[in-house]
Amino acid sequence: MSTPFAQTANAAVPARPSASKFKPVRLLQTPSVLLLLLWMIVPLAMTLYFSVIRYNLMMPEATGFVGLDNYAFLLSDPAFWPSILNTLLLIGSVLVISVVGGTLLAVLFDQPFFGRGIARLLVIGPFFVMPTVAALIWKNMILHPVYGLLAWAMRLVGLEPVDWLAEYPMLSVIMIVAWQWIPFAFLILLTALQSLDMEQKEAAQLDGAGPVRVFWYVVLPHLKRAITVVIMIETIFLLSIFAEIFTTTAGGPGTATTNLAYLVYSIGLQQFDIGIASAGGIIAVVLANIVSFFLVRMMAKNLKGANEK
Amino acid sequence: MSALKNKKRKNPLWLGVLAWACAIVLFFPIFWVAITAFKTEHQAYVPTLIFWPTLESFHEVLARSNYMSFVGNSLIVSLGSTILALLIAVPAAYSMAFFPTAKTQKLLLWMLSTKMMPAVGVLIPIYLLAKNSGLLDTVTGLTIIYTLINLPIAVWMAFTYFNDVPKEILEAARIDGANAWQEMLYLLLPTSMPGLVSTALLLIILSWNEAFWSINLTSVNGAPLTVFIASYSNPEGLFWAKLSAASLLAIAPIMVLGWLAQKQLVRGLTFGAVK
Repeated sequence: MSTPFAQTANAAVPARPSASKFKPVRLLQTPSVLLLLLWMIVPLAMTLYFSVIRYNLMMPEATGFVGLDNYAFLLSDPAFWPSILNTLLLIGSVLVISVVGGTLLAVLFDQPFFGRGIARLLVIGPFFVMPTVAALIWKNMILHPVYGLLAWAMRLVGLEPVDWLAEYPMLSVIMIVAWQWIPFAFLILLTALQSLDMEQKEAAQLDGAGPVRVFWYVVLPHLKRAITVVIMIETIFLLSIFAEIFTTTAGGPGTATTNLAYLVYSIGLQQFDIGIASAGGIIAVVLANIVSFFLVRMMAKNLKGANEK
Repeated sequence: MSALKNKKRKNPLWLGVLAWACAIVLFFPIFWVAITAFKTEHQAYVPTLIFWPTLESFHEVLARSNYMSFVGNSLIVSLGSTILALLIAVPAAYSMAFFPTAKTQKLLLWMLSTKMMPAVGVLIPIYLLAKNSGLLDTVTGLTIIYTLINLPIAVWMAFTYFNDVPKEILEAARIDGANAWQEMLYLLLPTSMPGLVSTALLLIILSWNEAFWSINLTSVNGAPLTVFIASYSNPEGLFWAKLSAASLLAIAPIMVLGWLAQKQLVRGLTFGAVK
């Protein structure tokens, strides 16, 4: 392993590092590139192929090219449009809750107060809870209509306890997912906030700006990039939310909490219709690409900035 | 400096109280699990803070003969995939950071873009490939998947840390006759060790908590803790104290790791966009 690259390094001494001459040391990138290329292209090509053939594990004899029939079938599935709506509703609500909540919390925690370090650890805690644990804690210990804490609290003030996951299934899932993602937004935004130049803030205050105006005209513009990053990264993860739904509601009642990820899982691995599930997979990829197009462009800008410094 | 300024303008007490209230509310579910884990099954259904702590539930969870095998799977899969990802990513990041070409930046962005592919888009082929190659429900299969999904993060993080190492140090060593191998081993790795350690921590946390692939690709033999915990979701017989004990054991070590690495995590989670 060391031979080819020992030679290059010695040869490289006089040359500038940016010399365009081929350097075997660059071969060190090959394993990463090849693996990621395979990881990306092979399954995606297979999904694309499966999505245009008839392929049902329960009916192995029925095969053949069907063109866009799988897509047409999926689009007419009564669960499809609700699943798209649920996907968007879940992403949208969790984004709003976590970004607004995370920003307010970050501003609050940017102030010095007693035991701030410990309080911060408590706030970011939920982010490290594994999704299946988070789902089960909420399902059994918080939202449970008989023994849950919310039911207990409601009885305490004389209200009728609510069976959250049955009566407000989507709201419950949103609560669980938001609980996990507020800490993420908080952590990123607090870090960004701490790089804010204090003098700029002081200057605004000296000019007579109140806390709201300082927040609006100084703090928020500074956080703009971090907020964009949070939105983009959360969107990518939220598009594939699965474990929380799998563990709490299994997509139900009916299709009330079926998102695209859960729909593909249930068509493919529960009903064994590979063709239609693959069409769903391709739709998810298209949706994600629309999002990542913006993210990659933004990161490119960012990377340039970092290299120029 | 800011501490000095803050002495001049003392913040009102209610801000601190409000912040603590938010922290307590957000942490409460975790706290509740933590105390329920020390209750008896009977006490677990009563919302009370006053009880006699017992390790009964932990004993019962650990006594279930298969519990340790799930822990073992989680450990092997997260450590294995982290080590593999680092072994593949560090040399790549090294060559990208110190021998960049015009294409390096594009390559990095392309790697990032593989992360944007939703898992569900490739669930079916991966499932079938795993099934046909006998890797379904195996630790090996899951380790390979985690290595691949974590590889772009590993390359990115290692790259951003290497990029911060002054090029002059390495050039000086080269003039002194060090070859690339020595350069990497004796200079680069020690200098960027803190960065590589936080990269490893992030990868361990992500693999430990990963749930989509583990639920879909494993059931018993290769199943990590995420799957074991999910198996508690079947309605027959809720055992809250035991559920809490199992959950606490599953989340406590990773939460401590996360807390220790919180500053560095920001960089990894945002691919270096927020430092």
